[in-house]
Amino acid sequence: MLSKRELLDLQFIDARARLIDLAAFLDRVERHGDEADIRLNYFKEALPILQENRPDRAKAVLEKFSDFTPELTDTAPFQGATGAPIA
Amino acid sequence: MRYIEPHAHMVSRTTDDYEKLALAGCEVLCEPAFWAGFDRSSADGFYDYFRQLTEYEPRRAARFGIKHFCWLCINPKEADDPGFAREVMALIPEFIDKETVLGIGEIGLNKNTRSELAIFEEHVQLALDHDLPILIHTPHLEDKLKGTRLILDSLASFSKLDRSKVIIDHVEEHTVGLVLDAGFWAGMTLYPESKCTPNRAIDILEVYGSERLWMNSACDWGISDPLSVPKCALEMRRRKHTPEQIEKIVFDNPYKFLSQSPRFRI
Repeated sequence: MLSKRELLDLQFIDARARLIDLAAFLDRVERHGDEADIRLNYFKEALPILQENRPDRAKAVLEKFSDFTPELTDTAPFQGATGAPIA
Repeated sequence: MRYIEPHAHMVSRTTDDYEKLALAGCEVLCEPAFWAGFDRSSADGFYDYFRQLTEYEPRRAARFGIKHFCWLCINPKEADDPGFAREVMALIPEFIDKETVLGIGEIGLNKNTRSELAIFEEHVQLALDHDLPILIHTPHLEDKLKGTRLILDSLASFSKLDRSKVIIDHVEEHTVGLVLDAGFWAGMTLYPESKCTPNRAIDILEVYGSERLWMNSACDWGISDPLSVPKCALEMRRRKHTPEQIEKIVFDNPYKFLSQSPRFRI
């Protein structure tokens, strides 16, 4: 396993680029109008998880975007997925 | 580096991809039956697909020294019409004893519907009746956690099921623990945009260990990379995983699970 320093040497620039890309994505979306979209709500609710002091941030973000309703549906409303529970 | 690609949809890939896989060290490739990117209009479409999986693809792979195996089923995306699904399932007995058929898969759920679950359970029973391993697809994105829980609940009702012969695929950080804790194998799919990236898959290995885990490209007609397994192995080397640790996840583990099928001989 790598030391923390070695891991940062290997991946910091890539992670920095991804973080800037996220910031630019939010700028871009908001520049294109102010209409509400539930997907963006989930996205913004997930961002504070990155700042939490916990070892399972990735799991918590995935759970933020998950459907927690327990029941089966009668039929599939569509075949794909949107990335956030919009129904 | 030799490796096994345990989940790839080569019917959607070019012959050039077989060459790239061989150059990267792929010795064995397993192809579960899945969606074609569009709904087939009749069961006859699946008859031809099952012939392609059991006759044509093994020959195409063999040209590059790759041994090709497959899994059979009707996939969950086309299982929401139970009448149609059962029509397709009625074709499986004609193919199930072919020499490269490993088991039943990839069955599972897509949008977590009642019909999908009913057809899933009929497939599980089919596998039990033939004493074959099972490969399970879990839903995409927001549906994955709920679908994984429904699948685990359903499997718990099969008292004769040997959990070591079942792999639940496409796990991510929020589902891998559920699957491993229940005693099943777990598959990590390496995709550019969804499922796991190589670094996240390696994180899962570092957190959960490498027992009952494999990784695959699940390359198909969508955005996917047939070389994602060797690329992840390269990332493991960059993160100072040992050659033995890499060999275990890319060869030894899939070999161990797949060897439970009587047809898996390499």
